[in-house]
Parts: sequence; C-alpha cells; structure tokens
Amino acid sequence: MMMLSSAESQTSGTLSDRIARVAITGSAFLAIISLILIFIFIGKEALPIFTSAAIGEEADLGKLFLPQPTREGAKPEYTWQPISEVPKYSLLPLLAGTLKVTIIATLIAIPLAVLAALYTAEFAPPWARETVKPAIEILAGIPSVVVGFFCLMVMAGWLHSIFGWTFRLNAVTAGIGLSLAVIPIVYTVCEDAFSSVPQTYRDGSIAMGASSWQTASRVVLPAAMPGVLAACVLGFGRAIGETMIVLMASGNAAILSLSPTDSIRTFSATIAAELGEVVVGSAHYHVLFFIGAFLFLITFGINLFGHWWVGRLQKRLQGAS
Amino acid sequence: MKVTVYTMILVFAVTIYGCGSGGDSRPAARSITIKGSDTMVILGQRWAETYMKIHTDKRVQVTGGGSGTGIAALINGGTDICEASRPMKDKEKEMVQKRHGKDVTEIPVALDGIAIYVPQTSPIESLTLAQLKSIYTGTINNWRDVGGKDQRIVAYSRENNSGTYVFFKEHVLNNEDFAREVQTLPGTAAIVNAVSKDPASIGYGGIAYASGIRPLAIRRDESSLGVKPSMETVDKGEYPLSRQLFFYTVGAPTGEIKAFVDWVLSPEGQKICEKVGYYPLVQK
Repeated sequence: MMMLSSAESQTSGTLSDRIARVAITGSAFLAIISLILIFIFIGKEALPIFTSAAIGEEADLGKLFLPQPTREGAKPEYTWQPISEVPKYSLLPLLAGTLKVTIIATLIAIPLAVLAALYTAEFAPPWARETVKPAIEILAGIPSVVVGFFCLMVMAGWLHSIFGWTFRLNAVTAGIGLSLAVIPIVYTVCEDAFSSVPQTYRDGSIAMGASSWQTASRVVLPAAMPGVLAACVLGFGRAIGETMIVLMASGNAAILSLSPTDSIRTFSATIAAELGEVVVGSAHYHVLFFIGAFLFLITFGINLFGHWWVGRLQKRLQGAS
Repeated sequence: MKVTVYTMILVFAVTIYGCGSGGDSRPAARSITIKGSDTMVILGQRWAETYMKIHTDKRVQVTGGGSGTGIAALINGGTDICEASRPMKDKEKEMVQKRHGKDVTEIPVALDGIAIYVPQTSPIESLTLAQLKSIYTGTINNWRDVGGKDQRIVAYSRENNSGTYVFFKEHVLNNEDFAREVQTLPGTAAIVNAVSKDPASIGYGGIAYASGIRPLAIRRDESSLGVKPSMETVDKGEYPLSRQLFFYTVGAPTGEIKAFVDWVLSPEGQKICEKVGYYPLVQK
C-alpha cells in the first residue's frame, strides 16, 4: 500500500500538491468561517429583542439597561429576575459582576504571572526553570470545573474563616479561583516574549555595568512589553468568558454594587445556568442570546484593541531601537 | 477567544437539542402523548426515554406548558395523559365528563417536597412559612428576628431553571421575587455543602440530600406545630412543603396507555423519581 501510494505521488505530484494546498487553506479559513457563522447564529437569536413586538414588550433595550419597578411602591431598581410574574432582565448587575470578578482575577494573575515569567526567563537556574515552567503549564490543563469545585468546597471555606466575610461565595473568592485559570496563559505568553529578547541586549546591558535585576527590569521587560501586553489582553479575555469557576464559586446573586465581597452573577454563568431549561423562543431565551452576543462583542473588541495597541507599541519600540 | 469555544459548544448543544426533538422517522405505532406541568416535564421525559429503551416499538411524547395547559388539552382531547403538579379542580373534572362522557382518572405518580436546611450548629429549630418568605424576599435579614443569634442571614437558592426553585417560589414566596442577595448554586448538593460550611446560612432542596446539615421543622403558622420533613410526613401530607404529582386520563387507562402507567408505578418506574429529584410513592 505504501509502495503504491508513493509511486502514485511521483506521477501525480501536482494533484496531491493541489489537494494539500486546498486542505491547508481550507483549515485556515475554517476558523474565520466558523467565527462568522457563530456570530450570525447568536445575533439572529438575539435579534427578536429589537424586531419582535411581543418579545420587546417583555424585554427591550430600555428594560435591559434602565432601572425597572420591582415591587409596588418601591423605587425602580436594576434587577435580574427572569422567572417572575413580571420578568426583569436588567443586565447591569450582571455586567458589574462580570467586570468585578474579571478585574480582580487579572489584578491577581498579571503581577504573579509576569514576575514568574521574568524569573524563569532571566534568573532561574536550569533545574528550577525545568520544574516551574511545566508546573505552571500543567495548571492550564486543569479543567476549570475542577478549579471551580476546589474553590467551592475548599478555598471558599478557608477565605471565609480568615476574613469573616458575610458572603462565603463572593467576587474575591471567584476572582482568586479565576486567576488560577488566567495565570498559565499570561505566564506562557510572557515567558515566550522574554525568551525572544535577543541575548545581545542582555550582554550589552551587563557590559555597561548593570546588575542582572537592572537588566531584567529596564532592558528585557521594556523590550518584551508588546508580548506582555498581549498576554494581559489574552488573560483578560479568558477571564471574562470563563464560566465554570464563576458559576461554582461566586454565589450567583445578581447584586449591583462596588463591594468586592458581595456575591456576583456573571454573563457567562447566567447563560450556562439558565439556557438549559429556558422555553425556546421566549423573551428569556432571546435575552440569553443577546447576552451571548454582547459577551462575544466585548471579547472581540478587547482582542482587537489588544492587537492594535501591541502593534503600535511594537512599531514605536522598533523606531526607538 | 475562550468565549468562542463556549459559544461553539452552545451552538452545538442547541443544534443537537433541535435535532433530538425532531424525532426519528421510524414508522412507529401510535405514540402516547403526555402534556402538562413544567415541573414534571423532566420526570416525564426520563420515564418516556427509559420506557422507550425497554420497549423499542413504543413511542411516548412529552411536552410541557404548565398544569393548566395540560388539563385544557385533556379536556379538548389533545393529549392521552395530562401531567399536573396540582389536583384537578371539580369544575375541570366536570368539563371532561361533559365532553367525553367519562370520568377523569387521577393517578398520583410521585411526591414532591423540599426541605429547608440550616447548619448543624444553628440554634434554630423551626420556622413558619411566613418567616421563611420574609427571609427569602429580604424583609428579614438577621437571624435575631427569628430567634437566633445577631447574624446576617445568608440565603441560598437553586438556579432558576430548577423545578425546586419554581415550587419554592410558588409555595413559600407566593410568587413574589427572591431578594437580590439570595445566592444561587447549581444543584442541591452544592447548597448542602455551602450550608454545612456557613454558620449563618439557610438553604433549601430535596429531602433525600439532607446529610451533614439539619432540616428545619416547618410550621404552617404561629400556632401550629413544627413538622420535620420525612418520607412519612410527606406521604401523609403533614409536611407543609410537599405535594403529590399526578397523571390524569380520560376514563381508566387502557391498552398502551395502561401499560405505560403501570410501568411508571412499578418499582422500576418509581426509581426514576428519585433520580430526577422527586420521591417515589411509598409502595403499599
């Protein structure tokens, strides 16, 4: 069989070449096509909020973003109560929750990951490098449901007994869990960025009499800045869409507040928790898809901005050097 | 980009779900249709799936819409079996009699009930339904107000896609909204775990799950005695947060329908109640 096919490929080399080219091009464009198809599908399901009068009566843009009356006599509030006599679909508590936990997670993850990457790239002896790098990369391989389970069952209890918060499950607890998912991404990209800084930069810096810390912080770090920023953007994007960890560890109460120790409900967790049983075609169903499209646009925007920023920085660095 | 992966999963899930409900094109015998209570849809579907797995030549179709919708369909002859999470009213029974000339047959098929949990260490022994409602609607938020320590109450609830959530909302909150601060957790097991670790908490869920925490006795009002949830008190209807779930048919079930109903009431069918989170009828 092998003999035959190799003999064939000699005679019809151009054909297999062409097939290979089509296959490779096709797989490259497959990602773009699926991206577009996903957006069309999600967008189509979200559209009735704007177009259908019946759906709009229950959930239009005003109802999604403005305060709604809750109880008789009480002042209007931002409330997420989709299963109710009068369903309330305010997205602001969910947006606040999503941003709160994402910011907490990235604030924890970025310094840790960048410093860890700087250590392994610049200071670590080979044995430490060989241990730390795979260990952090294995962290990325832990399924997020396992991380979430750990947060819910173990970590939430520890933090609660140390800090004595009212809510055992809150934005900080979920944020710390979420940072475990963000650290490996930021670390890996940063590590690559530091490693790809040319050795001549370091040699030059040392030759000028700089210490190794000065070299790392004032030469390597600035030179690798575009990569570090790309890492932060990727980390933020990962954190904002992560579902299982926040679903399990955040308490899922849609409270609109600034306090990081309040329980939160994120966009992703809301979709995960509610889409399973929602009546297909109801206002609630379309609102969930609207949230999906919204989340999609947010991450798309963040990534686009990240690319643009990194590109600009790269150009400036090259111009300077 | 992570989001893309989730949305992809979502798309697949929805597509598969869509295909699944399309049914297959097998030239089947006349199928049994079941319609009614949204609470019972999942239970009904599990019954149907398992039954069709055993009897590959039979078809059972289950749809929801609410107990009222199911009863209306039964009256209009739109369904073979009506699933209802409340007893049929006399007026509705009369309408079936008038329309079909046959009496309605009421078949209790499962029990539904929820326990209210507090941590093992909590001094609270019982709560009235009114107190419970105040806690979950947010008008009471300190344990001091219901006879406990001066501590902020941390209330846990199920996610709003669960039948238990709907039952609690209907029977305890009288359909009022939950307070914003009420935290929701995926699944009764998560609630049990959270309550067991949080000394100021309260949660609700299935009775069968109650280990490591303490189920509260519930009083209908100030003057009545507290009743603890158990298979016996639920079965006798003494426990306030329990109800029977019914099948209704026009006349006594016959043929294919009878075979299905008999199977549902058999130990094998009743085992499924527990799996879905309800209680089997006590086998007498």
